[in-house]
Amino acid sequence: MKEFILIKNGEIALKGLNRSTFEDALVKNIKRRLSPILKADITKSQSTIMVEPLTENPDMDAAVEAIKRVFGIAGFSRAAACEKDMDIMRQVVVDYLADTYRECKTFKVEARRSDKKFPLNSPEICRELGGEILSHFPHLRVDVHNPDLVVNVEVREKYTFIHGNQIKGAGGMPVGTSGRAAVMISGGIDSPVAAWTMAKRGLVLDAIHFASPPYTSQRAEQKVHELLGKVSKYSGTINLLVVPFTEIQEHIKDDCPEDLFTIIMRRMMMRIAIELAKRQGCGAIITGESLAQVASQTLLALGCTDAVATMPVFRPLIGMDKNDIVEISRKIDTFAISIEPYEDCCTVFTPKHPRLRPTLEDVEAAEKALDMDALIKRAIDGVKIVVIDKSLDV
Amino acid sequence: MECYFDNSATTQPTRKVVDAMVEVLTDCYGNPSSLHRVGDAASEKLQTARETLAKSLSCDPAEVYFTSGGTESNNISIMGAAHALRRRGNRIVTTCVEHPSVLECMDRLTEEGFEVIRLPVDGTGHVSETDIADAIDEHTILVSMMYVNNEVGSIQPIGAAASAIKRSGAPALLHVDAVQAFGKLPIKPSSLGIDLLSISAHKVHGPKGQGALYMKKGTRLTPYILGGGQENGVRSGTHGMPGITGLSAAVSELGDIEANGKYVATLKAKLLNQLSSEDNLVVNSPDDFPYILNISLRGVPSEVLRNFLSECGVYVSTGSACSKGHRSYVLTSMGLDPKVIDSAIRISFSRFNTEEEIDYLAECIKRANKSLRKVH
Repeated sequence: MKEFILIKNGEIALKGLNRSTFEDALVKNIKRRLSPILKADITKSQSTIMVEPLTENPDMDAAVEAIKRVFGIAGFSRAAACEKDMDIMRQVVVDYLADTYRECKTFKVEARRSDKKFPLNSPEICRELGGEILSHFPHLRVDVHNPDLVVNVEVREKYTFIHGNQIKGAGGMPVGTSGRAAVMISGGIDSPVAAWTMAKRGLVLDAIHFASPPYTSQRAEQKVHELLGKVSKYSGTINLLVVPFTEIQEHIKDDCPEDLFTIIMRRMMMRIAIELAKRQGCGAIITGESLAQVASQTLLALGCTDAVATMPVFRPLIGMDKNDIVEISRKIDTFAISIEPYEDCCTVFTPKHPRLRPTLEDVEAAEKALDMDALIKRAIDGVKIVVIDKSLDV
Repeated sequence: MECYFDNSATTQPTRKVVDAMVEVLTDCYGNPSSLHRVGDAASEKLQTARETLAKSLSCDPAEVYFTSGGTESNNISIMGAAHALRRRGNRIVTTCVEHPSVLECMDRLTEEGFEVIRLPVDGTGHVSETDIADAIDEHTILVSMMYVNNEVGSIQPIGAAASAIKRSGAPALLHVDAVQAFGKLPIKPSSLGIDLLSISAHKVHGPKGQGALYMKKGTRLTPYILGGGQENGVRSGTHGMPGITGLSAAVSELGDIEANGKYVATLKAKLLNQLSSEDNLVVNSPDDFPYILNISLRGVPSEVLRNFLSECGVYVSTGSACSKGHRSYVLTSMGLDPKVIDSAIRISFSRFNTEEEIDYLAECIKRANKSLRKVH
């Protein structure tokens, strides 16, 4: 018996004339993610993408795990593909889901028939196969309203597919269909979640990390590699740009008022990030800022930061509570890494009392003490690029 | 230049240690419990190792038990002693500057209903002899105290604990965590009145994952690693011969412990002399133990200095490697100024460090102190 994976598109199904562009991107992403696990023939049929493994004895568990992390998929099923013959279907429906039946109390059979030449109609198929299941698993009861298990039977052109409850997909849009953006990542809990959230909307990611050795340690950068590794399991390849930031921080510390330290630092980071993002061909910056979480994330501070932004700045977490952010970070497995206690660039020289309501005039005046262009140029010249991709790790 | 000054975290195994271990992994691979020639050869090695350890502790080979390291020796001793003696009393005495592998056991025993007394330390990291005597009553079943503190190098009054136990008539066993002291101070457990003593191989240029426990003859512990009954049932599990052989090789190479100590003391003095010009220097260590020197440069956060030195190829630690990211509970217990604690680094020496390395270390610390931006 063959096993397929049947994939239901997410939002793509709502697209109009350009729908096939999205579908093609999704098929390409699926193919790439499955490539280390199995060779597959992937075909589109109505709103379903059918993955037919061509490899002998493929590792279907690994394939399922890989598919779970592909954006653009609402849900999918691991399905038995058998001949369109009632005797065979009766046997497969009992054998294929045997373990699942044992774990359930109630079920119903839902049949669909796109091959209208099949001798039984859908209600007849349901009745036949339901009876067969009951005769083998007498502990089960049929419940058409709220069953533990829906046994799906799809009589299609070439095969009949039999599968249980649908597995939830990662949702969102296929990565690559929305363009490219650069996420500013420190090593905390928020930025990986922001990165993941925007990759889910179809963006390819670059990442920008500011390193201030010796005020920050090599481990802090290593931590960023690990965090992005987790995000890349969903987003695919991420180019990490590591910016040497020590000199700038020392200059701000030496030459600017202490209570404006953080806001000036954020503006320097933003200027550099935008310059790098342009070079990488990105159309937006992503940050993990959440309103009022820390001093640099007050409305006025964000305003001062955005005053130097010359491209859209996406802040997907802006309205979220910390608890909700933590919940996502646990789901994408970045939380445990994020809370490793290595100091990052944001905590170096943190003023005791940062100004909560900085005015743009004050900040701009204070920045006059800095040799802005030269500092930014040296930082950008020192950028190191690391390519991170754990999406093909099985 | 690369200089390693984090020898209290771990040490580099010597060539002889590595060679001895390779031999056991290749030619002499037997299980000492097997009763054939291959097993016999391993058994002989095991016996030699036990004798080497016994000699270094001036004890009987039958009093040496091999374990997986200091943590396991501490766990076996503390949990095992408390449970074995639970009918004879309920009090356990320890200090608040012990290693986590002791303190975590104490927390567990507290949950189990034992009365655990944690003695404080003074500004130099020492427990007072009076406090010890006052804490030990006739219901005390265990006293656990480290020989040398791993963060500041204070030597604890082990002798005072031993006499207090005798005086009180308590059934208490005396356990000493000697992970930092072993190989650096001459230790004779029997004359110090010690019943249980923990040792780790990798602090004395042996391999990681290997330790030993001295257990005085006649002592009974409730074992908690159960199995084939190796090590007299105290610690079951096939003997880790590569580690045991490595530990043995490291111990036979220790040489004259007192002469080593004197040499290391000159290194420490040289360093302090060269740093005497730094007016923000604070020495947090007492003068007890030459191998560990804890200092602060006021205004320079520990991790920043550590990172700076690391980039220079000089390796020191902030607090202890086991508690990264938290303000040191040892220095806090000593009542030091939090700003001093946040700047503390631990420099820990080995007998293999050289004077040139000290010069370079001092030079790098001075350079750091000059160029790093201070925090308030």
